[in-house]
Amino acid sequence: MTLANAVAVVLVVGVTMYAVFGGADFGAGLWSLLAGGGEGGRRPRALIDWAIGPVWEANHVWLIFVLVVLWTGFPSAFEAIFSTLFIPLSLAAFGIVLRGAGFAFQHTAKRARGRAVSTAVFGVSSVLTPFFLGTVVGAVAGGRVPVGNAAGDVWTSWVNPLSLVTGALFVATGAYLASVFLVSDARRAGTPDLERYFSDRALVAAVVTGALAAGGLVALHADARAVFDGLKGDALPLVIVSAVCGVAVLVLLRRGAQRGARVLAAGAVVSVIWGWAVAQHPNILPPSLTVSDAAAPSETLKAVLIVFGVAVLVVLPSLGLLYTLVQRNLVEETSQPAPPAGSAR
Amino acid sequence: MAFTLGFHIILASLGVALPAMMLIANYRGLRHDDADALALAKRWSKAVAVTFAVGAVTGTVLSFEFGLLWPAFTGRFGQVFGVLFAIEGVFFFLEAIFIAIYIFGWRYLSPWAHFWSGVPVVISGFGGAFSVVAVNSWMNQPQGFSPTSGKVTSVDPWKVIFNPAVPYEVPHMILAAYLVTGFLVASIYAVGMLRGRRDRIHRLGLLIPLTVACIATPIQFAVGDTAARAIAKDQPIKFAAMECVQQTHSDVTEYIYGRCTADGVKGGIGIPGFDSFLVGWSTSTVVTGLDSVPPDERPPFNTMLHWAFDTMVGICTVLIGLGAWFGFVWWRRRDIPKTKWFLRAVALSGVSAIVALECGWIITEVGRQPWIVYRVMRTSDAVTHANGIWVTFSLVLAIYAVLGATLIIVLRAMSKRWRSEDGPEDEVPYGPDTAPPVAAR
Repeated sequence: MTLANAVAVVLVVGVTMYAVFGGADFGAGLWSLLAGGGEGGRRPRALIDWAIGPVWEANHVWLIFVLVVLWTGFPSAFEAIFSTLFIPLSLAAFGIVLRGAGFAFQHTAKRARGRAVSTAVFGVSSVLTPFFLGTVVGAVAGGRVPVGNAAGDVWTSWVNPLSLVTGALFVATGAYLASVFLVSDARRAGTPDLERYFSDRALVAAVVTGALAAGGLVALHADARAVFDGLKGDALPLVIVSAVCGVAVLVLLRRGAQRGARVLAAGAVVSVIWGWAVAQHPNILPPSLTVSDAAAPSETLKAVLIVFGVAVLVVLPSLGLLYTLVQRNLVEETSQPAPPAGSAR
Repeated sequence: MAFTLGFHIILASLGVALPAMMLIANYRGLRHDDADALALAKRWSKAVAVTFAVGAVTGTVLSFEFGLLWPAFTGRFGQVFGVLFAIEGVFFFLEAIFIAIYIFGWRYLSPWAHFWSGVPVVISGFGGAFSVVAVNSWMNQPQGFSPTSGKVTSVDPWKVIFNPAVPYEVPHMILAAYLVTGFLVASIYAVGMLRGRRDRIHRLGLLIPLTVACIATPIQFAVGDTAARAIAKDQPIKFAAMECVQQTHSDVTEYIYGRCTADGVKGGIGIPGFDSFLVGWSTSTVVTGLDSVPPDERPPFNTMLHWAFDTMVGICTVLIGLGAWFGFVWWRRRDIPKTKWFLRAVALSGVSAIVALECGWIITEVGRQPWIVYRVMRTSDAVTHANGIWVTFSLVLAIYAVLGATLIIVLRAMSKRWRSEDGPEDEVPYGPDTAPPVAAR
């Protein structure tokens, strides 16, 4: 494998981690929004806060990681993407600001109204950010981002069927992951009613996500033939794995299975991402900028790989420690949602 | 971007230094079985949580801005300085992970395990500050890549990471972070004491950060002095703009304030020959003037730069005086000075430290103009070609204003709540599992 390809793999690893963990946090925000105000929505929201509170910041760092690897390893691709697609990217950044602020402040806001506002802000921005990031990915896959400083069209590059479907797909995928994860979290919190609540939502989200994925394939076929052919060719096994995982999750959820759903749901998402990467290879910016053309000098690529190696040795165990402590209920600040009795608190 | 960075620099300073204050209080609490110190550590950990969350967000926005505002800069040099940000990313990861463990671990982790979970936060604060400031140093003293015009084809990461400006810029910024955080936190407790809240928590809350800050200040003065001398050598034009030196010559007068004009400084207090002396320990030292480069390579707003520099040095000097006063009285009586004027001075020190921080930021950034990468790339060549970026930019400004205001409101609300509670369940860290804290709704 060339150095450039190795760094591209690192990039896709970062994207995958962000999609699975960050995506689930965004999805949780969507569910928090859909839970509705008032008494009915209070308990699911309490579960969401409790579940993502300790981990969302660490999950969020993957995005910064992706950006840094992109501009360090493939600066010309970064320049092209950020200058042409500055509108959706600005909106995504805007969403990130609101989301972080909304989440941070909803715990500290004292008055009910302040809390309601920050919850709403958190929810809405949890939809905006993945949607706009999705349109960016759609624009790249559709070959609408030419090399250069703002060389592409600022509107049509991302306002097109492929981009919009991808945006919607990102939102749905996050919601799907989140609901599957929250089923386990509800079990961990000892709240069977919320387990059912999120299990029902997971089924709906799975169907919607599947439908959007199919829609995405149609749009790819019409719009980005090379990527579509890649999915049909080299990436076909990954597409099949993803579909199998997706169906298996549905079966497990229907049966109320205790374990496996989370891993399979993540597997469905991971294999789609790698399928996309394989299908688009060797291009980093279709139709013509290849990974090796865009790559930084080899010393830089080596340095990135070394830093990534250190990160694997240092960050992954720490991240594992955090997740383990969370799963064992050793780190928590907000209280667990109360058991279903309804009269509690 | 200057604005967002100016905002982020305050949060980043808090992010670097506040965990250290928190751990000092935590250590004291555990070592001396001091419940007040533990309560303080717990309160500060909540402030750390909020500032880190907002700092993480503003940091993300900054990484977007590298592309949104400066695509040509990042497109050409991302491959050069990017490695530093990759290193920063590792530290940032560790910081986020261990902050989460520390903040959410008060209830169930064993006390010393909990304390140690905070240590990586402080270390990664240092590491993160190093890597980010090293990027800025590189922009001031670019090296380690070739060719210097056109597409970069070869990079030497070691030369980039340890560029010549790192030895003075990095310590200067890290000390600034500790200084600003120390005085800021101390000033909050000083205000509380002035309003009559003279309990032990307030006393400790004043003593710990003030001690840290007062130790950092004189060191900062020495480091800053070295930095200024290094800049006179490395970036003579920036230095000339800071000191309003128009013509290259010896026996240059040092002006304190005054207005910079093409024929020298108008107004202000002049000390003949002192500027030359400061640069080279002798009044006959030749100081490079602005006239050594064509007008389009000189920084703008000379008067502002000059004032920023003098203000920064002035504030640092006054703060050293404050530290000396505190140190002297502590040495004689093991107590903080009794007079209200001392508390008033501490109360002002927080804001003045922030002013000094922003002044320093203005000097290093505006002083480098018109270059974004000193003598290699002009800022005007780095900017995006996309139209309408100003709309986005104004949007960002508005958001930051809201974010800043909300942050202050939330922190104030937190402190108000602590004040009204003063004692109950929230204040027994490591205690038996009482009612759930904060979020009992």
